[in-house]
Formats: sequence, C-alpha cells, structure tokens
Amino acid sequence: MGTLDANEAVASVAYRMNELFAIYPITPSSAMAEFADEWSAAGKTNLWGAVPSVVEMQSEGGAAGALHGALLAGSLSASFTASQGLLLMIPNMYKIAGELLPFCLHVTARALATHALSIFGEHSDVMACRQTGFAMLAGGSVQEAQDTAVISQMVTLRSRVPFLHFFDGFRTSHEVAKIALLSDDDLRSLLDEDSIQANRARALTPDQPVIRGTAQNPDSFFQTREAGNLFYQKLPGLVKEAMAAFAARTGRAYKPFDYEGAPDADRVIVIMGSGGEAVAETVAWLNQNGAKTGVVKVRLYRPFSVEDFAAVLPTSVRSIAVLDRTKEPGALGEPLYLDVAAALRQADTAGWMKDTHTIRLIGGRYGLGSKEFTPAMVKAVFDELAKPSPKPVFTVGINDDVTGLSLPFDPEFEVVPPGMKQAVFFGLGSDGTVGANKNSIKIIGEGTDNFAQGYFVYDSKKSGAMTVSHLRFGPTPIRATYLIRKAEFVACHRFDLLHQCNVLDYVKPGGIFLLNSPGDPHEAWVQLPLEIQQQIILKKLDFYAIDASTVARDCGMAGRINTIMQTCYFAISGVLEKDEAINAIKYAIKKTYGKRGDAVVQRNNEAVDRTLENLVKIDYPAAPNSTVQLRPIVPANAPDFVQRVTAMMLGGKGDLLPVSAFPIDGVWPTGTTQWEKRNIAEEIPVWEMDICIQCNKCSNVCPHAAIRPKVYATACLTGAPPSFKSTEFKAREYPGMLYTLQVAPEDCTGCQLCVQVCPAKDKSNPSRKALNMAPQLPLRESERDNFAFFLKLPDPDRAMLRDDVKTTQFMRPLFEFSGACAGCGETPYVKLLTQLFGDRLLIANATGCSSIYGGNLPTTPYTTDDCGRGPAWANSLFEDNAEFGLGFRVSLDQSKNFAEVLLRGQAGLLGDDLVTAISGADQTTEAGIQAQRERVVALREALTGQTTREARTLCQIADYLVNKSVWIVGGDGWAYDIGFGGLDHVIASGKNVNILVLDTEVYSNTGGQQSKSTPMGAVAKFSMAGKALPKKDLGLIATTYGSVYVARIALGAKDAHAVSVFREAESYAGPSLIIAYSHCVAHGYSLSQGLEQQKRAVACGYWPLFRFDPRRTDRGENPMKLDSAAPKGALTDFTRNETRFQMLERINPQRSAMLQEMAAASVKQRFEHYQQMASTQESTTSETPTPNA
Amino acid sequence: MELATTYLGLPLKNPVMTGASPLADQLDTVRRLEDAGAAALVMRSLFEEQITNEQIAEFAHTENAAESFSEATSYFPRMEDYAFGPDRYLEQISRVKEAVDIPVIGSLNGVSLGGWTDYARLIEQAGADALELNVYYIATDLDEPGLAVAGRTFDILQAVKASVTIPIAVKLSPFFSSPGHFAQTLCSMGASGVILFNRFYQPDIDIEELEASHRLDLSDSSELRLRLRWAAILHGRLKADIAVSGGVHTVEDVIKAIMCGANAVQVVSCLLKYGPSHMASLITGLRHWLEDHEYESVDQLRGSMSLLHCPDPTVFERANYLRMLQLWKV
Repeated sequence: MGTLDANEAVASVAYRMNELFAIYPITPSSAMAEFADEWSAAGKTNLWGAVPSVVEMQSEGGAAGALHGALLAGSLSASFTASQGLLLMIPNMYKIAGELLPFCLHVTARALATHALSIFGEHSDVMACRQTGFAMLAGGSVQEAQDTAVISQMVTLRSRVPFLHFFDGFRTSHEVAKIALLSDDDLRSLLDEDSIQANRARALTPDQPVIRGTAQNPDSFFQTREAGNLFYQKLPGLVKEAMAAFAARTGRAYKPFDYEGAPDADRVIVIMGSGGEAVAETVAWLNQNGAKTGVVKVRLYRPFSVEDFAAVLPTSVRSIAVLDRTKEPGALGEPLYLDVAAALRQADTAGWMKDTHTIRLIGGRYGLGSKEFTPAMVKAVFDELAKPSPKPVFTVGINDDVTGLSLPFDPEFEVVPPGMKQAVFFGLGSDGTVGANKNSIKIIGEGTDNFAQGYFVYDSKKSGAMTVSHLRFGPTPIRATYLIRKAEFVACHRFDLLHQCNVLDYVKPGGIFLLNSPGDPHEAWVQLPLEIQQQIILKKLDFYAIDASTVARDCGMAGRINTIMQTCYFAISGVLEKDEAINAIKYAIKKTYGKRGDAVVQRNNEAVDRTLENLVKIDYPAAPNSTVQLRPIVPANAPDFVQRVTAMMLGGKGDLLPVSAFPIDGVWPTGTTQWEKRNIAEEIPVWEMDICIQCNKCSNVCPHAAIRPKVYATACLTGAPPSFKSTEFKAREYPGMLYTLQVAPEDCTGCQLCVQVCPAKDKSNPSRKALNMAPQLPLRESERDNFAFFLKLPDPDRAMLRDDVKTTQFMRPLFEFSGACAGCGETPYVKLLTQLFGDRLLIANATGCSSIYGGNLPTTPYTTDDCGRGPAWANSLFEDNAEFGLGFRVSLDQSKNFAEVLLRGQAGLLGDDLVTAISGADQTTEAGIQAQRERVVALREALTGQTTREARTLCQIADYLVNKSVWIVGGDGWAYDIGFGGLDHVIASGKNVNILVLDTEVYSNTGGQQSKSTPMGAVAKFSMAGKALPKKDLGLIATTYGSVYVARIALGAKDAHAVSVFREAESYAGPSLIIAYSHCVAHGYSLSQGLEQQKRAVACGYWPLFRFDPRRTDRGENPMKLDSAAPKGALTDFTRNETRFQMLERINPQRSAMLQEMAAASVKQRFEHYQQMASTQESTTSETPTPNA
Repeated sequence: MELATTYLGLPLKNPVMTGASPLADQLDTVRRLEDAGAAALVMRSLFEEQITNEQIAEFAHTENAAESFSEATSYFPRMEDYAFGPDRYLEQISRVKEAVDIPVIGSLNGVSLGGWTDYARLIEQAGADALELNVYYIATDLDEPGLAVAGRTFDILQAVKASVTIPIAVKLSPFFSSPGHFAQTLCSMGASGVILFNRFYQPDIDIEELEASHRLDLSDSSELRLRLRWAAILHGRLKADIAVSGGVHTVEDVIKAIMCGANAVQVVSCLLKYGPSHMASLITGLRHWLEDHEYESVDQLRGSMSLLHCPDPTVFERANYLRMLQLWKV
C-alpha cells in the first residue's frame, strides 16, 4: 500500500510503461509531467531498463505534434494534460487515432475557459474530445486512476486505438489516499509483449519505407475512414479482457460499466468520474434505509458499448438520472445523457433490454468547476427520480433562481461510515500546514491499518493565502469525494483566520478545537472574539491552545509552525500512541526534509520535542466574556454588489449565492480589492518624515500600491486624523505645498521592498531609515484612518507632472492590493503602467500569474480614477494573447476612423474649427489628452438634440477620438514559448500595440517549470539537471525587424530607465516590446532582496539594459542604445544568491561549475554583441534617457 | 640541508605550507604549489554558516512559498528521487588528494555546537590527513563572559575529536586573556597543534553610504610579530605543534617563525600576491639561508629564539613594553 495522490500514482505507472514523454505544464496535470521529468533526470528506468526521454515543448499543441512523430517513429509514448491544453492537442488526436497509433494521454479533467477561466475539475475538456477517435476510460478515485491508467495502456497496445485516460482534476488528481500500488512485476505481467513488438515493427523507418499522412480525394477518403471500424468494434471486448486480467493479478475488478446498488433498483444514477464514489456511498446508505437505488459508473465512455451498458442495468429500473459534469449550451442534453438515451433505444432494438421507452430518463449537470458534489445532492437527485414528474433537465449543487433548473437539497444531510474520523486544519500557505498534513496522512495510512484521505483547498491569493486541509481516516476505504462538513477535530493555525471565515462551523458539537494563539496560551480565551467564544461554549468543545509561532521562532524555524501543530494533533486526537506518533513525525521529517540537510531536520525535530510542554487545554467559563467582536468581511461603505456578492465569496459562502447574484457574461466590476482588508502583514513600514528625502522610490517599487505619496495644499489638511503625518514638500516648483507618504496598513503584505529601496538614513543612527518596519497590530487602526483621509486628498493635475520617477508616483495607481506574492517583481511594472496610462488603457492579459493576481475572483485590483476611468482588462487564453490585444487595436482604430468619418460629416453643424481641432489633436502628452477630452465634451454638447443616425452614432462613439493605449501583458511562458508565434506576428504587423513581458524566467503560475527564458545553469521543473542552454534573446530577435521598439528594463536596477522606456514605448506609433526583469519566488531567495538582485543582474552583465528605437533610424542614428555600463564583477555575484542556481551546486557540483562557466561566457558574448550593435554609429551611453525621445 | 619536519604527526618535506584559502580550489594551482615545494595544503574553510544557514535558507526559500496556491504547490523540483552528487567541498578534498602527494588538511570554521561538526567525519572520509578547526567568534554579547567564549572552542573541539581519528589543529584567536593557558587546555583535550593566529577581517566604514563595508586586505610582514611573540612563549611548553599563520611573506619571516618555535608556517597572502612560484623562492631562500649560516636542519633552528632559549626573554614580556615606551622621545 502507498499513500499518494492520483497524479503521482498515474505518473508512476505511465512512466514505467513508456519510453518517451512530450510534456507541457498545465494545471492540474503539471505534477505528472514533473514527476516524469524528475525521474528521468534521476535516471529511474522503465520496465525495460531504459530511462525514458522527457521533452518539454512550447505548448500542448507542440507536445501533441512531438508525440505524433514519436509514435510514428515507434516509441511507446505518453503525455499528461488538461483543459485548454487538451484542446490544443485535438488536431493531432484526430491524426493519432486515424493512424491507429497506440498511445495513452492521461488527463486531469478540468473546466474550459468560457465566461471565465477555471482551473478546477469537470468534464468539458474530455467531452470536447469524444469525437476524435480516442477511446476514453475514466477513473473515479486515486486507486481507480492508477488502475485505469494501466488498463488503458494494456488495451491501447493490443487494440492500436489511442486512449484518453482521465480522472477528475483536483478532486482525484490532488487527493492523497492510501491505495494498493502496482509493482514492476505487476505491470510486466499485464502488458502484452507481442503487442509491443508489433508496434515497434510498424515504426516509420527507411529500412522498411512507407508513406503516411497522404492527402486523399473523394474517391477514397470515406472508405478509408470506415476501414478502421473493426478496431473500435473489438475494443470493448479487449477492455473487458484487460480488466479481467487486471482483476486476476490484483483482485480489483472493473467493467466498462460498473453497477453498484440494489439488484432490484428502481432508481439509478448514471455518472462518470469521482462523483460516482459519492453516489455509490449514498446509494449504500439509502438502500440500508429501505430504498432501492443504484449507480452505473461509466468507465469506458468511448467507444460506448451499449451491450455492456445494458448488461449491468437492473431490469427493475424505472427511472434513470444521467449526471454530466459538463455543459453544452443549446444541446438537447449533455453528452452522457444523450449517449444513455441513444443506448437505451439501441439496446431495445438489439434486444438487450426491453421496453426501454417506459424508463423515465432525466439529465442533470453537477459539479462544474469543482463545485461540491455531496451525498445531499445525490439524495436530491434520487428524490427527484421518485417524483411523478421529475424535471427532465436539471442542475444540482447550486440554487438556480433564474431558470429554476436546480434541485433543492438538504445541506445537513451527511453519510459518514462508522469509524470514520475527520479533521479540518486552517492554515497559511507559508506555515507549511498542507505539507505537514500530507505527512500526517502518510503516517496514518502507512502506520496503521486505517485507510486515509487528504484533500487540500487553497486560497485564490498568492500572498498570505489560507489553506484548508481535510483529513479523513477509518477502517474502510474512503469514498467521500467531497469536503468535510463537520469534523471531530478542527485546528486553526493562525489566529487572524478566525476573522476571515467561520472556522468553528466545521466542528461537531463536543469536538476538539486547537488554536495557534499568540502570547501566553493560558490567555487564549480572553483574546477570542465574542462569537468564537459563543460557539465554543454552545458546542461544548474541548479547546486547546499553543503559541506555536513562538515555539517555532525559538527553534530557528520562524513562521514554520507545521510540525508543531501536527504534533499537537496527534497528541490530542490519540490517533497513535504519543511516542509512536512522535517517532513517526520525526521519521516523516527526515524523509521529507532529509535532503535539505541535517540542520533542517534537527530544527524541525526540536520543534516537535518542544511542542507538548507548550500545549495547554483551556478551561473556559460558562458564558462568553470577550470584548472583541469579529470584524465585518467588508466595510459598511462598500458598494451594494460587494456587500451582496463579493463579501459572501470572501467569507467562504460563495456556494450559497444563487445564479441571479452573478453577472451573466463574465463582466465583473473592477476596483474591488480595496474592500478586502486582509491584514496579512505582521509588520508594516512606518514613515519618518524628518529623514525622508521625498524621492518616492518606495512607492515606485511597492508591488501592492500599499505605500503612496501625495502632494497637496495646506488647506486640505482640515479634518486630518491626529496621527496623520504631513511635512513641507521639498520642491521649488511647489512652494507652500505639503507632502505625505502614507501606508495602507491593511493592504500591505510586509514585503519590505520599500524599506530596502529607501536611500534616506538618519545621520546619527543610520540603522534608522525614512521607512522602518514596525508591528502592524498597534498601528492598524490609526493608520487605517490616516489612509482613508489620505485617499480623500486631491490628486495632482496629471498634466502638470513630469515623467521622472518621483513625480510619476504622484499619479494614482489604478492597480492596487492584488493577490500577488509579497515582494512580487512583476506588479510594480503593472502598477506603473496604470499610473502612466491607466485612464486610457486596455490590457490584453495572457493567462498566468498576471491574469491570476489581475483577475482571480473574488476581488479585482484594477480600479478607477475620480472620473471613473481606469484600465479595461481582459484575459482570453494563454496562447493567443498577442493576437487578442491586436484585436483591441484594430477595433479601436476602426472605431476611431469611423468617428472621424462621422465627425467630418457633421462639420456643417460643428464648425470646421472644432472638427479640425479634434482630427488634428496632438495627444502625445497628458495635456493633449485632457484637451482632447474637453473637445469631445464640447462635441457632445454640440450634438445634443440632434436626431440623425449619424449624429447619434457619433455621440455614442466620440470617446474613441481620444487615444487609447493598448498593452499586451504576459509572462515569459507566453511570450517566449506558447504565444511566441502570435507575438512574432503581432510585432511584424506594424500596429500600435505595446507588449510588456514580465520575465520571471520560468513558468511561475504553474509552479516553476522552465521556459525558453530560463537561464543557463538554473534548476527548474523540467530542467532538474540545470538548463543547458542560454535563455532565448527575445529582445534581440525583435530588433531584427527594425520596426519594433524594443527595450529591456529592470526597475530595481535603474528605475528612471524603466519609467522612460514605458513612455517611449507608448509614444511609438508602431509595435513596442518591453522585457521587464521580474524577480520571483521561483528564484528561491527572500524577495525583500529582489531589488538588490536586479542591480546585481544588471551590474554583472546578465541583464543588459537597452533600448532599440526605430525612430532613431529615421533620424539617421543608431537605433540601439545600450543603457547599462560594461559588466562589473562576476556572474556568480548574481547567481550565488538564488536557490535556482545554487540547487544545482548541491545536486551536481561539477555540472553546476561547468554551466556557470559557460553561462559567464555566454553573458559576456551577448553583452559584447549588444555593444557592437550600439557602437555601429554611436558609442555606448549610460545616461538616463530622455522621455518621449 | 635537512628541511624535513613534522606537523601534527605528518611528515613534511619542509616547513612551508599553504594556509586555508582559495589556493586549493583549482587543481592546476594545487599542482603548481606542490611543484613549487609546498609541504602541505590547507583547504579553504568550510563555514558552519555555509552548512547550517544555507540549509535553513534554502529550506525557507523553497518551502515557504510552496503549498500556498492550487496551481503551484511547489516552485522547485522534488529532490527525493535524485541521487545527489558528492558535496563539492568533500569532492574537492578527494580530488586534491588524488592530485598531489603532500598532506592535505581540511578546514572547518564555526562557533557553535551543531550538526555542522559532522562534516569533520565526512572530511576525514574524503581523505583529509588532518583537520584545522577555526573558531572565528566575535563576542558582541556584553553578558557573555570570557570563559564562555573559550568554552565554545573547547566544546567544538571535543565534539569533533569524538568523531574523527585524524589529527586536529585549532586556529587560535589572539584575543584571549590567556592564550597560553587556552592553548594548553586545547592540547589537553586532544588538539595536536595550534595555529597562531586567525586574522580577523575588520570591517571598514563607507562614509558616503553610512554603511559598514566588507573589506579583505592581504596580510603583510608587520602582522608577523604578534605571532612570533606567542610562538616564542608557547614553544617547548605545549604538548602540541605550532604553526604560524599571518604575515609570513619573506624568507626572513619563515626563519623568524621557526626560530620562535613554529613547526611549520602557513602562507597565503604572498602567494595570492606573487603566485604559486613564490613558494619555491621561500623554500629555496630558507635552504640557502640555513646553508649560509651553517645550520644542519630546520630542527636545529626551531625554537632558538623562543622564551626558553632566547638570550633576552624579557623582550617577549612586559619589560619590553616598558622599555619601548621609555625610549620613545617626542
């Protein structure tokens, strides 16, 4: 037995049964590809003693192409994907199936992006492939996912029909469960060696030449298309044979359709995937209570074997509900429903069933986007089936108050098998709670006879994110494919989470509550909010407290409270004997962290040893006595939509919102992060105005717009809170004005970048700067008031502001308080973009980190100015972002052109002066934009009362006469890899678009897989042995057109350069490409040092700053300007501070040394090349560039 | 001329060896040093902080961001299945050992007890002939008494001594109230030698940036005299070998150190300044000087100017200080 998740289980068998993998990361399948790559890098062999090859491609489309080629060339090949990635594979899937190439594609079934992106589980992606000719086999649990992966491989080899093997994203792919593993001998015994030989013999080779992929004409195509029919006809039989062989070997029996329930059931649910487990569990409970129900779990979905379906369906069945985890708008029903409907008809015709027309058939949707699917919902479906007139089409799991399709269900209904124990842990991502709970599951799963299950729910934020761990264990296999609702044990690993969600809602009466409480744990009770005390008393909970944060700090593991809380859980719950538990925890620590070094193991062990002496059981009074109350989720002055919808989602109650609460087309209000006060910083910066030199660099680098300067007239201070700080503004052009630097205390993440960049020091005590970190809690209330007052101070006239770093920071950021990582290296660029052009900005955002912190609900960070203008933002896909943004541009241009046509047509009414002024307006400056807006106002006034179609249309589209700025934003995974083709086409189009590449040199959002931007010698996922080649020089490639403005910037190294580049790029009437160095958690160092690392990157020549401006060519100058000085110091001055480089030193020192040497040579060579380019006509400059040059 | 001597029980073909430094980082340099006559090599110091803090830092940098976000439950590859290559430091010891015939001495530098001292065993397994222990400690805590500071070195020596069989030398700080007693205690605990002295790199002040800055200055011969005094005081009275390190740049410096009682001298700065060939000029110069002055061996030279044998031992004592002050004329 082993305790692992389905991704690992499936990857393990796929790896051992194949020779080659072509991969690309996509959630939630990435882990399978990562495992394959890591095992390959570690030299792990497959069943035949060879190390499989793993090749990362530029997209799933590329992976599918590579796989197609590899399959034709004779290798046993496999891959892993999901969702949009699967869609990109579809063209090749037709080819692979049409050519009858044995192949297994393992898919973590996931939603497709429609009105919004969803990374979560459903069947829309796999259903979109049901027509490709692939066989489709589903696994409904971790055990089944592993087993069906093997069965898929067995059958594809024998049948030659390729298999799409799938299991539910997250619910199954990420569930940790105790399962029976398959040994190499098991796999060897199950695979048919003759089929493998036969496959090899069919390989495309010049030794036995054939031609494939011909073009066929009407005389032959149709017949050839039908020629493979027999393979599909035989397939169900081969699947059954394989399943029988599998059962003989393992004892685990499967069928194409598995039936569970009463042999004489009258009501049956047909379902596919993990939901089948919840249905089976509920069926058992219902039948024990007198019902006659059953479930058909669909395993082999394609080809759909009517005979096998008919064979398992009880003849007693009177009504069937088919549940689909997908939506096909406008269809008669969802795919499985239609298949079952047709199957019943065909079964009748074939004589396998009788009188199927008397069976009532209804179809419903459930679980879209990983919506919970619980026994309560299953019961609701069976209840519906029992009605004389059930809804023919329904949904379950939501409240559809618009079309009334949803079935009501009793949320309190639960099915908990005897002996099952449940525990829920609320933690922070950074405190290691999930990691420790994964270990706990292994300890219980492997150290006892119990079955165990762990499932982990993450926040939508990347900083200060909450995690919820759901742990179950018990004497029987666990089939609960849904979250725990009521647990015997609930732990809250961070005190402040009590304010964020109703933690105690998850604990049963008489259960146990464990709290990490700061300070003396004996005082924990008095710190609790009143509502929490009330629930503890009402539910008669056993209440335990520990100051785990202090214990962790004392052990040199500040912030890592996971092993401490884990020890508490075992000590309190009594799952294992105390000593046995501690030994098991320490063994797990050694196993998990052993390779991190002895120091890590020892400190964790010390934390374990010091836990129990600090754990306290709290006696509490019979009545609550707290003076503290829970904070409201959003403030009372939040807009109505935020109060009604956003607040529910923030409070973890989004599931309760009815359909009518939501926008119909994915359109959401912007500017809602301001209402979500997360209070995640333990320390925030405090401004010392006597030391401050008012450079505004702190504001410039703040990733979350949580520190802002403002300059204002003295009179504005009226009504300022007592602690509001204000000082004379040190600028001659603003005599008598005041200056304030204000922190948003509840939005700051405590990343310290502002303190790090602050150049002003106290002359008597240089350890004191103009900004110093101080505990947030004592400052929270006063600074909250100060920030509220600060926001009401008027913004300066943008037209009066210069373009330097200092004054741009007086422009209001229209991107604020995002969920990006604390210290994020990307968001300062995005924020600057909104400061400079936010009121006329359209952003096309590639999927990735920037689309997640930019557009992941519940709240969104893009906001508006006082005039209501602000960035208009949209995300299409990952691969098409450049094209998407180009669409914005051509549409805007078209609208502007149309407006100008209409404008000229109204010249008689408007007068030539206004028409000429509007048409010929200089809009290259803020003042020019403002003047044009005023003209448009005048235009509308002049058109008031006009009734002609032309006049009314002009009135409607007149705003297009004011220039709009189109920015195409994304990361290096998009720009260098999956979207490069589109990006290349767009920069070649000559259109006026601006492309901002936030270059973290790795796929950050999916967890650090290498891209073509990853530097030589860096360790990343898919590049465990250190990347062997230098990063692609995207900037240099773009310069070859000669017509593209190209710049490489690093805000931390030269902020003035970055600001100027944004201005220059925007002012260039053609395409612009900015490549912005962005430090990232995937680099592996404290991001508080990110700006210093950027300086080092530039100083050593790793990240040369340059601007290539085609306008200079027009002036007869050299377009290339190298803006950083000749390299100083060694590349290692930069690389030695980052884990991504240092990890290779630990893994393979010799290769690390070799790659570092080669990388240094490559960096030198590249810099010299730039120097040469820049010196063709002019020598290298390092002066700050002139804006709008 | 017999230049051979012993240090820590290791036979040396002459008394001049390289001190702990980057000189042993490159095999090419190592071979050139051996060719130039180096009697032994001390590897670059492996610091406690390198071992412990880097582990903790790497752990924090890779783990703290993990398991926070559903799309990225980690940001680095798992290491569980990867067979790590040998530790670079340990591997370098093995490679140096293979490359040369002279003794190779490992060097560990730390200030507290902990898992890092296990590296002593690994260094021994990697082939080191001896181990140099450097307890480079700055006592900034005003509540920490001198005895406790000395106790750190004793504790570390005992921990390391318990895990290895190769000889151990301790590199001393000159800032002990009683360096002689301190050295004697170390010997009683099993130290086979002492090295006089550690060079404490002093920070400088950047008056523009208002920062204390790191600065590494190479030694010069003026630093030798402190070492000469204490070599002279300890020679013949300590049951351990003495190496002089810091300020040995010229042939005369080598001779003085041996005269004061050094079994061996360690040179670094002069080699960094003049290259490995300077090693040859020191040894040749030593030989010539001994021949010119009709010595038979370095053994005959050793300790001749120590406190025990010096014609005027007061020169090493307080009386010298008194005399020097009185002689000073404004």
